[in-house]
Amino acid sequence: MKQRVQPRTLFICLSLLCLLAVWLSLALGPVSLPLFDTLRAGLRLMDLPVSADGLQQAEMILGQIRLPRTLLGLAVGAVLALSGVAMQGLFRNPLADPGLVGVAAGAAVGAALAIVGGAWFGGLPEAFAPYLLSFCAFVGGLGVTALVYRLGRRDGQTSVATMLLAGVAMTALGGAVVGLFSYLADDATLRTLTFWNLGSLNGASYDRLWPLLLVAAGVALWLPRRAKALNALLLGESEARHLGVDVERLKRELVFCTALGVGAAVAAAGLIGFIGLVVPHLVRLLAGPDHRVLLPASLLAGGVLMLFADLAARLLLAPAELPIGIVTAFVGAPFFLFLLVRGRS
Amino acid sequence: MLHAEGLHLRRGSHEVLHDIDLQLPPGQVVGVLGPNGAGKSSLLGVMCGELVPGRGRVTLQGRALGDWPGQERARRLAVLPQVSSLGFSFSVEEVVAMGRMPHGTGQRRDAEIVEAALQAADAWHLVGRSYLALSGGERQRVHLARVLAQLWPGEQGTTLLLDEPTSMLDPLHQHTTLEAVRRFADRGAAVLVILHDLNLAARYCDRILLLEQGRCHAFASPEQVLTPAALKAVYGIDVLVQAHPERGHPLIITR
Repeated sequence: MKQRVQPRTLFICLSLLCLLAVWLSLALGPVSLPLFDTLRAGLRLMDLPVSADGLQQAEMILGQIRLPRTLLGLAVGAVLALSGVAMQGLFRNPLADPGLVGVAAGAAVGAALAIVGGAWFGGLPEAFAPYLLSFCAFVGGLGVTALVYRLGRRDGQTSVATMLLAGVAMTALGGAVVGLFSYLADDATLRTLTFWNLGSLNGASYDRLWPLLLVAAGVALWLPRRAKALNALLLGESEARHLGVDVERLKRELVFCTALGVGAAVAAAGLIGFIGLVVPHLVRLLAGPDHRVLLPASLLAGGVLMLFADLAARLLLAPAELPIGIVTAFVGAPFFLFLLVRGRS
Repeated sequence: MLHAEGLHLRRGSHEVLHDIDLQLPPGQVVGVLGPNGAGKSSLLGVMCGELVPGRGRVTLQGRALGDWPGQERARRLAVLPQVSSLGFSFSVEEVVAMGRMPHGTGQRRDAEIVEAALQAADAWHLVGRSYLALSGGERQRVHLARVLAQLWPGEQGTTLLLDEPTSMLDPLHQHTTLEAVRRFADRGAAVLVILHDLNLAARYCDRILLLEQGRCHAFASPEQVLTPAALKAVYGIDVLVQAHPERGHPLIITR
């Protein structure tokens, strides 16, 4: 068998990469700060006794803009990657994506409703609009996932195949609804909608961050407790049952964690594809499929990849900014194709 | 002890099991034989709780199968399905170690048991390889090792259900597999095994249940069940039955 990376080595490397990504994410941007100043300002933000000489600007940019943005990127990446692991486990297929259960489509419909509906009512108060958007996206994602889950149930059992098909149908339906809203929207609204659909970490603020951080912490603490059961589930549902796993409960938990996680991530940063698909895959290539390693490693790798994608989004066309969904798709889609071709040979 | 009483099972309008009674006593290997569609796998499905019988009940140590908490049941009852669809590149020993999931015996003990189970299934040489790189027969032996590890060492009070464990194996490994199962039973485990090969059943089973269209045609020792008349009635084949020249068990020769 191909030599795997030892879990300890992997975690050390990922932690170092994570620190590097955070540092760069704090330092680089339209106004790039010297790396050492960034470090000092960062330490000051943690209330450590560092002299404040010439750091006012750095501290301001860091505290107000880049720190919330970096935390948002970490949380979104981590939660999307974890949801990817959960879905690939649930569908017992390494090519499954968190969007499969309809959560992304539902969130997009919720967001479209908020954006276009808000415009119809003559525009919402500036301060209120982003919260409504996040709330609608979150509720939409959760609602559609609940519906897909409900459709997959029969006689007290959940059919994963039916859920998959129901998810595909709901995603198509969601696309149609968003398309209809786009058709009805005026130019300015259409632009907002389009940009939201491409995802962005722009405009991160602490008060929009904490619900996501809460959800991310919940998912990150819950899923690893089920790592062994997830391993057993890969053998097959009845095999897992014979090993003593309460499979129905496990499936419920996986769907719930994904709906909650992806719902909160999409609500905070829009639709960002491929992280949930590619990260677990990448980690599996390095360290094998054992969920006891896969889950925590995907959490770290998701955050790291997201921050690097965001750096690219910020820097490629600086001072303008690419929507991050474009970056992840440009990197993710070819990688996915590479996996498909490689798997065939 | 796993005990089924008066099992009936319908699928659509078709009755796949009709009034089956079956006890799996400790230390015995019970073979299930019958033509395709006779209800062998359905019987195993009901015996392990995957299928719910229309009538009748299955009890494990006097307690209905559904009333057992999952983990406690898994420490007493292991099931080897006909095919497994694992599509992730676990190593051989990781797959077998999953059999230890219901137990809290610790890493060291588990590693010993994984090795013993792999040795028993003659798959120890596969250690370190990816499950996905194995052939069908090698995978089957790895899964056998997994269910053996789940009940290791196979004391009294444990029950093993095997659905055609030899279907993909070469002649040598058909015998090593059933010998491992036999040794498991000799240590006190109860075993139910679905087989297609009449001679393997004759050699390794203590009792044989011969199914015919969901009904029990005969349930007795191999000598009593494997008669030309019974095999003609159930399979529609003409056979000669002789005693094995060295071992004495029935030897079935198609005419």
